[in-house]
Amino acid sequence: MTRTLRNLTMRPLILALACVFAFCLAAPAARAEIEVNVNRGDLQPLPIAVPAFGGQQGADIAQVISANLQRSGLFRPLDPAGYLERDINIAVQPRFNDWKQISAQALVNGQVTVEGGRLRVDFRLWDVYAEQQLLGLQFTSSPENWRRVAHKISDAVYERLTGEKGYFDTRVVFVAESGPRAKRIKRLAIMDQDGANPSYLTDGSYIVMTPRFSSNTQEITYMSLRPEGSAIYLFNLETGRRESLGSFQGMVFAPRFSPDGGRVAFSVERGGNSDIFVMSLASRASTRLTSDPSIDTSPSFSPDGARIAFNSDRSGSPQIYVMGADGSNPRRISFGQGRYTTPVWSPTGEFIAFTKQTGGQFHIGVMRPDGSDERLLTSSYLDEGPTWAPNGRVLMFSRETPGGAPRLWSVDVTGRVLQPMPYPGSGSDPAWSPLLN
Amino acid sequence: MSGNVNRSTAYRLALIAVAAASVAACSSRPKPQFDTAPSTTPPPAAQPGDMPPPVSSGPLAATPGSAQDFIVNVGDRVYFDLDSHDVRSDARPLLDAQANWLRQYGSVRVRIEGNADERGTREYNLALGARRANAVRDYLVGRGVTSDRISTISFGKEQPIDPGTSEDAYQRNRNARTAIVSGAR
Repeated sequence: MTRTLRNLTMRPLILALACVFAFCLAAPAARAEIEVNVNRGDLQPLPIAVPAFGGQQGADIAQVISANLQRSGLFRPLDPAGYLERDINIAVQPRFNDWKQISAQALVNGQVTVEGGRLRVDFRLWDVYAEQQLLGLQFTSSPENWRRVAHKISDAVYERLTGEKGYFDTRVVFVAESGPRAKRIKRLAIMDQDGANPSYLTDGSYIVMTPRFSSNTQEITYMSLRPEGSAIYLFNLETGRRESLGSFQGMVFAPRFSPDGGRVAFSVERGGNSDIFVMSLASRASTRLTSDPSIDTSPSFSPDGARIAFNSDRSGSPQIYVMGADGSNPRRISFGQGRYTTPVWSPTGEFIAFTKQTGGQFHIGVMRPDGSDERLLTSSYLDEGPTWAPNGRVLMFSRETPGGAPRLWSVDVTGRVLQPMPYPGSGSDPAWSPLLN
Repeated sequence: MSGNVNRSTAYRLALIAVAAASVAACSSRPKPQFDTAPSTTPPPAAQPGDMPPPVSSGPLAATPGSAQDFIVNVGDRVYFDLDSHDVRSDARPLLDAQANWLRQYGSVRVRIEGNADERGTREYNLALGARRANAVRDYLVGRGVTSDRISTISFGKEQPIDPGTSEDAYQRNRNARTAIVSGAR
């Protein structure tokens, strides 16, 4: 267990968020003429050039930024083979005409410097047609954290051009699966959102499922299942400390943190009936929220913590309900054809994502918290278990082909950008972290 | 489909091997008596996924009261309809036999493991499997097995017995297994 922890410990990344380029362009920051509209489903991705940064690992950093922007579906990084300005230098203004000629609308360039064992990355974002600098920032960190620096830069570029927070400096916990179907080995695992740095958190000697992140990004909760019983664990990624939520009569499953990280909602099964409980982590007192004789599970808090979406078959088939966080006023919100499960409230509060079964297919979809505007984003033999990127623009989920092993996929909230995650292994039950600090 | 054929052949072969091994193991002991005979009838063929009937010509030589006796001569698994936890009428004879056997061997403790097919989501299927396990538990208690001898667990869709993706495979994976935990001979 602890052997993998050293790799996981996130050292603080020192951010020197100064306007470090006062020496260069005296022109006041004017409004960008380019912008990327994240809400348009028919969007043409913005052509962007990300030439290799100067200095050690400069090419790697540019590559990570370029891949992040491309996967968002909002940007189209141009092929570096076509670049005309080959000697681009962070200290001087780019030759805008060279970049206009290859139709780049935005340009990101940078320089890596290693000083006293620290990695410093200076970068700028340019509006090519307005011939204007949009961003000039510097990040410092320890050299082994160069990928995080690249993710921070990606987030800064994304935010500057879309007006929304990025989601690249994040991680994903998931269940890594191996072995034949009837004897699947399931290990808790974690990786960067781009599939890099995967490592295992459990050894596969027992089944684990449904990990979820706390808002503090360092704590997860998950369920373990052994023939002798189930348990819900809290696991601190930084310290490696693992503790059980306690022992309950019956099975416990489906844990999920409240937005402030102070409570965990989960299901307790007694005598075959599953109900939703919530436990305060400070007092360890738990409160029962539902007492219906139906299946009540998969609780998910609204971002303000006031409400809980959950799954119940009290109407005769699994549907999505919303109740107060104290269990008051449960109300059904899904009324379409089919079976609805795994509701997950978006971090912005705008949508509830879900899994839907209809017509022999599984879908990932979204609806408003009042049940309106239902949209199905995917369709396949088996899609399930959506998790939101912290900005609420992208969902990750697991997809299984008939007889195959599950893989992690992502889809943006418009349904336009659907793709497998750049992680080559088999995985299920992804949970996206909040933005790292 | 050919996968199913191969699998059931493998199943049969494994069963023969178990039977042969047990015959060898018991050869120096007195011939076991099948005093639980009425309940050892293999479950009706309509039960999908049931173990194929024994193919050896002689009686099976499982030690009465052993886990193997329970599995081979009683049957440890019953099946459920889609999204249902009602004990089916075709499962009752087998559960009656389980109850008889458990009443006869009163020191045996069992765990009922509920299972669901893969055509559902993970958490819902855990809850569904728990319902199935408890339906079997309630049935056995109703037939006189004391409840403190029975524990339940749900594996949801995590432990399919048939890795296939046909309706038959899904049906086989909607089941509850009665696993002997302790007290068997």
